[in-house]
Amino acid sequence: MKYDVVVIGGGPAGLAAAYEAYRNGVNKVLVIERDKELGGILNQCIHNGFGIHHFGEELTGPEYSQRFIDDIDKTNIEVIVDTMVLQIDEQNKVHAINNENGYMIIEAKAVILAMGCRERTRGAINIPGSRPAGVFTAGTAQRFINMEGYMPGKEVVILGSGDIGLIMARRMTLEGADVKCVVELMPYSNGLTRNIVQCLDDYGIPLKLSHTVVNIHGKDRVEGVTIAKVDKNLKPIKGTEEFIKCDTLLLSVGLIPENELTRACGIKIDRRTNGPVVGELRQTSKEGVFACGNVVHVHDLVDYVTEEGYLSGKGAALFVKDEMNTDITHKTKNGYGIGYVVPQNININNIENEVRFYMRVKNVYKNHVIKAKVGDEVIAKKREVKFTPGEMIGFSIKKEQFEKLVGNEIEFFVEGV
Amino acid sequence: MNEAKTLTCIVCPIGCTIDIKKENNGFMINGNKCKRGEKYAIEELTAPKRIVTTTVKVNNSVHPVVSVKTSEPVPKEKIFDIMEVISNTEVTAPVKIGDIIVKDILDTGVDIVATRNAKEI
Amino acid sequence: MYDVCIIGAGVIGSAIARELSRYDLNICWLEKSEDVACGTTKANSGIVHGGYDAKHGTLKGELSAKGNSMFKRLDKELSFGFAEIGSFVIGFDEDDEKEIKRLYENGLKNGARGLEIVDKEFISKKEPYINKEVKIGLYCKTAGIISPYEFAIALAENAVENGVILHLETEVVDINKEEKGFIIKTNRGNFTSKYVINAAGVHADDIARMVGINDFDITPRRGQYLLFDKEQGYLANSVIFQTPKNGTKGVLVTKTYHGNLLLGPSAEYIDDKGNIDTTKEVLEEILQTGKKSIPEVDGRKVITSFSGLRASSKNGDFIIEESEIKGFINVAAIDSPGLTSAPAIAVKVVDIVSNLGLQLKEKENFNPYRTPINRTENMSPEEINELIKKDPRYGRIICRCESVTEGEIIEALNRPIKVSTIDGIKRRVRATGGRCQGGFCTPRIIEIISRELNIPMEEIQKRNKGSNILVDRTKKAFEDYKGDC
Repeated sequence: MKYDVVVIGGGPAGLAAAYEAYRNGVNKVLVIERDKELGGILNQCIHNGFGIHHFGEELTGPEYSQRFIDDIDKTNIEVIVDTMVLQIDEQNKVHAINNENGYMIIEAKAVILAMGCRERTRGAINIPGSRPAGVFTAGTAQRFINMEGYMPGKEVVILGSGDIGLIMARRMTLEGADVKCVVELMPYSNGLTRNIVQCLDDYGIPLKLSHTVVNIHGKDRVEGVTIAKVDKNLKPIKGTEEFIKCDTLLLSVGLIPENELTRACGIKIDRRTNGPVVGELRQTSKEGVFACGNVVHVHDLVDYVTEEGYLSGKGAALFVKDEMNTDITHKTKNGYGIGYVVPQNININNIENEVRFYMRVKNVYKNHVIKAKVGDEVIAKKREVKFTPGEMIGFSIKKEQFEKLVGNEIEFFVEGV
Repeated sequence: MNEAKTLTCIVCPIGCTIDIKKENNGFMINGNKCKRGEKYAIEELTAPKRIVTTTVKVNNSVHPVVSVKTSEPVPKEKIFDIMEVISNTEVTAPVKIGDIIVKDILDTGVDIVATRNAKEI
Repeated sequence: MYDVCIIGAGVIGSAIARELSRYDLNICWLEKSEDVACGTTKANSGIVHGGYDAKHGTLKGELSAKGNSMFKRLDKELSFGFAEIGSFVIGFDEDDEKEIKRLYENGLKNGARGLEIVDKEFISKKEPYINKEVKIGLYCKTAGIISPYEFAIALAENAVENGVILHLETEVVDINKEEKGFIIKTNRGNFTSKYVINAAGVHADDIARMVGINDFDITPRRGQYLLFDKEQGYLANSVIFQTPKNGTKGVLVTKTYHGNLLLGPSAEYIDDKGNIDTTKEVLEEILQTGKKSIPEVDGRKVITSFSGLRASSKNGDFIIEESEIKGFINVAAIDSPGLTSAPAIAVKVVDIVSNLGLQLKEKENFNPYRTPINRTENMSPEEINELIKKDPRYGRIICRCESVTEGEIIEALNRPIKVSTIDGIKRRVRATGGRCQGGFCTPRIIEIISRELNIPMEEIQKRNKGSNILVDRTKKAFEDYKGDC
């Protein structure tokens, strides 16, 4: 099997990447999806709010992904589902397995990684107590309810106020569950305000900020949890413990890019994003391998995943046509208050009009400005009433500005006004 | 209808806390930083509406349920009644995005439409 | 009437059952849980110790060194997976050095093999990530690792295939001594047997009391563990102990048989024999102590924590003997190094029953071999393709973290010991045991169990009854729905 571009993952990132590679003149494109159908996690995200930026309307997850599946259907892009990629070898050959073709070794001129992310588990955040059934990540519960038609519980406490946690609070309430509260370790929520209002306030579900779960009770099935207030160092405060009876604990405590394949083939990983270090066209440190979507960094809006998919698809196409410049001309640096910046590397020769940088801040900053500077010169800035770690910040720098730069390190930082 | 309310504005990321109170010839609105917040607050006090998304049982398809939504926002107080109707509804594959699953649900003038394709087995 | 009744299907009961299954005997085997290896065995370090640690002259000293030497052959027969990766006891100062020398001498007396006192250079070469402050070490070449429950399951399956009758979910509630033997009363009726072997782990004292034996108490000693992502596996090539203080082996750092990094255990005396909770303080302490051996261990890469109870007794040694009640044999207080000693304990128990007059005639058709479940992960592409040709389900990966196919899961459901639980599958093929802890594959495994065993999805359990994963269907429209998944 020989292809120009092989895309690993048929969720929103992979679909956009495949389509864009095709549109840029690549003839043989293959999408490999591990689930039985295309669409990725969007298939279980049946709530609306997707596509406001990309399509200018509010769609549900399945509707959003179907638009891209429809696009792909009109092309000669090949798709294989129910297929797991096991390895990308030194020559960028993709080793994959399924029940029809067996073990396949697929040759690719360029590979695009679009495997998405997974949820943090109980172990990752070390919640003590017993180990009964009834502790789920929010996404697993979402799949059970929205795709399998099963309720994982009836009396629910949710730990973590990220968007999936908030969405599941409403979803389980609508399906008849009693959601007791959403518990958030930080003094602020990582979720969108819209979701706090429409998923919690609408149904009178309390949001307990600066609280955490300190114990899980129950031998066979969850019988309750103990929550407690935390201090400034996020340590539980003695004497504030409160027992809440429930049969289910949902965890919405963060997402981790799924980079096992990436690591195994020696691609350089950024410790802050947990994703590969990428360039402006989402090229990784391994020549011919590109990455996009939540595998690079965890996005909060699928619209931006799509944009990144397009970038990597275009990059892969240029690479296949031998029209891509593979050097690095500029690097980004995380200054004060900046958690991470993507892309980490730039090659100015590959830029058409501008580079859009995506970043997250480390803390909540009210009335602050984010600046980009090279040497002592501030080349761009962006001011907002509020920056929060939960909302990814987009920041564009025009090609002309790059051309004028004297240094090759662009530092982003937060500054008070 | 409620006479007064304190709410969080969701028109933009600032998230103003707005106090709104009905008065004889209009509304007393405090806390909003812009005009759009005013409009939002009045709507939330007088006729709050929401899009409802859920699933409905589907027969003869790969998955046992297919996702659906209200074609337009519906009055907030009717959400659970609408859920009750949907919970008792079943459809048979094939279903296509946009197919009407329940027409004019509970006389709201709003349809329940499929948001996902469900192929027949 | 049975010849022998074994109570308890942990690793000790399993080793005894398998050893006795060589002979022409009627054996019944009672276990209160829904599967074997559900107590102390499942939450264990999985170390095959060198046998140098336990004091010479004790049963522990004798049986651990002997047990160690039996693993290679057992693995050949039963294919549970044993890796002789070696172990280190590392020392930082003169006190440690003294203790290490004492351990070495003690080991020689026990008959431990492959012992060597080594310097910093030797240790650093084998363990590049070791604490730079290390001065001296005791290396034991013959120490190794296994998956403790896979070992017990292998023994148990082989015992069952050789004719031992295993009754799961069968809890002993009383035992009466009669003239010809014992009446063992359970929640599933009575069993009669000439001999009783009490291998009930932390409950061995409770079982003994049922026949009037009051001469020992089991005090559970809890051990908590941290299990890390396989990504951290590179940090340890062998089993790394710190020099023992206060008589316990302390917190070890090891690679597990399947390549994760494991830290633990703690040692906490507790009252409740059902308390296998983990606690924040202890887990934090384990991490900090482990970092003293390998400073680079990354606490953010923990995938799960768990705890188990060691069955400890006051005098500190194993209790393996006929009790004051004739025909009633206690195999109790088997705490560390119990897993290592298990094969030797089994041989000793067979000696005891033989000396008591039980006729042991070797079976002609005893089959010492066990066919393991196909593991595609360990196969070449050609072998996998052969297998997929025969059964395409070996081409569909269900658990992506541990690379487990549908074919393997279905095999796990159809072994000599039948299981229908998520944890039962996890202990046989590792599905749900990886870095996402079942987040992605649990729904699919539930579907497979439901389809293969014809059980409604909401009745599928994580482990014992009452630990169901799902509670209901979402739609009323499903009320008359029987399911076709």
